[in-house]
Amino acid sequence: MHELGITQNIVAIASEYAAGAKVRQVSVEIGKLTAILPDAVRFCFDVCCQGTLLEGATLDIIETPGMGRCRSCGAELEMAQPFGTCACGSHELEILQGQELKIKTLETEELCV
Amino acid sequence: MCVTCGCSEDAQVTVTPLNEHQSHTHTLSDGTVIHHTHHDDHHHHHHHTHHPDHHSERHPENHPVHHAPNPQETAQIHADLHHTTVTLEHNILAKNNLIAAQNRGWLKGRNTLALNLVSSPGSGKTTLLTRTITDLKAEIPIHVIEGDQETLNDARRIQATGCRVVQINTGTGCHLEASMVEQGLNQLDPPLHSIVMIENVGNLVCPALFDLGEQAKVAILSVTEGEDKPIKYPHMFRASDVMILTKIDLLPYLTFEVDRCLDYARQVNPKIQIFQVSSTTGAGLDGWYDWLRSAWREV
Repeated sequence: MHELGITQNIVAIASEYAAGAKVRQVSVEIGKLTAILPDAVRFCFDVCCQGTLLEGATLDIIETPGMGRCRSCGAELEMAQPFGTCACGSHELEILQGQELKIKTLETEELCV
Repeated sequence: MCVTCGCSEDAQVTVTPLNEHQSHTHTLSDGTVIHHTHHDDHHHHHHHTHHPDHHSERHPENHPVHHAPNPQETAQIHADLHHTTVTLEHNILAKNNLIAAQNRGWLKGRNTLALNLVSSPGSGKTTLLTRTITDLKAEIPIHVIEGDQETLNDARRIQATGCRVVQINTGTGCHLEASMVEQGLNQLDPPLHSIVMIENVGNLVCPALFDLGEQAKVAILSVTEGEDKPIKYPHMFRASDVMILTKIDLLPYLTFEVDRCLDYARQVNPKIQIFQVSSTTGAGLDGWYDWLRSAWREV
């Protein structure tokens, strides 16, 4: 449900940067360890874009896999969830990657004379 | 084809003084006015092909642009759809995080401890809160921001303890956001060196994402829920500093395995501080109160 609010934020931020230009494409990075479902964002995107500079724009979602480092032994491991157990038995994992939630790029279309 | 006038791509444009040749004006959708002239034979000198590097040109913002060409020089008049890709790296929650940081500063300036109480609906947040306020009100000034989708019921329960309370109804919203808490804090105007309890909307998913400017999140879990909630909703338990297991007086009637639940919680968040309490009998509340006192003294 919070994906609707997140998508509204994406549209608002993109509209602000577009400064009046029509937006063709937005690429967004959503880490796999955030509590955001990319499919739900895609579902909300078209609805949120209606009547804005983003109407008709395409949405690209880059899903960054989760990576963590064990605080006990220093090993790095893939994480599918924001917690886990290292091969050494420790639960003390520092998340290195997978919590990203940002707009990467914006492609605008402007009439230039 | 030129999107401004429709002249063909490989044609050439010569710009000449307006009074000698026929001229025409275009008005673009953004209000930009372009005035240009064609020879009678519409023979253009300027190549109108659009090279890729042309797209990097930027034009001044101060439209409308009126071209009043000098016959000595050939100005380039062209129009095309430019595709510009801008790298933003803009955090989607930046706005909320900024307001949360402002709230944190505001609270710090007042030496006030703010806690964000999060749980599923029906975990006993409001009951724990009313009991805590009743037991500690002689010692610590406690104020409450209540978040619910609808009704003033919880705020009324808190108000009955004699404590000041602001109710925020989020309507369809499933969580509190920093801007709502900012308004709540302004309304509440808590005294210096007090505690503000922010009771979030009952939801174990979304509130984990939204920083409100609190000192710590306190996750509340009741023994009438599943013991695996910490690993089912790991984001919330990871984001919380404290977990309070409530309704422990009901354990004799349930199959809830406390140790398993605590193991799950520590697996998700090895640093989480856990209290097991019953707001009805008062069992275990002392540990929670001690934690609260020491966190309050430290702000």
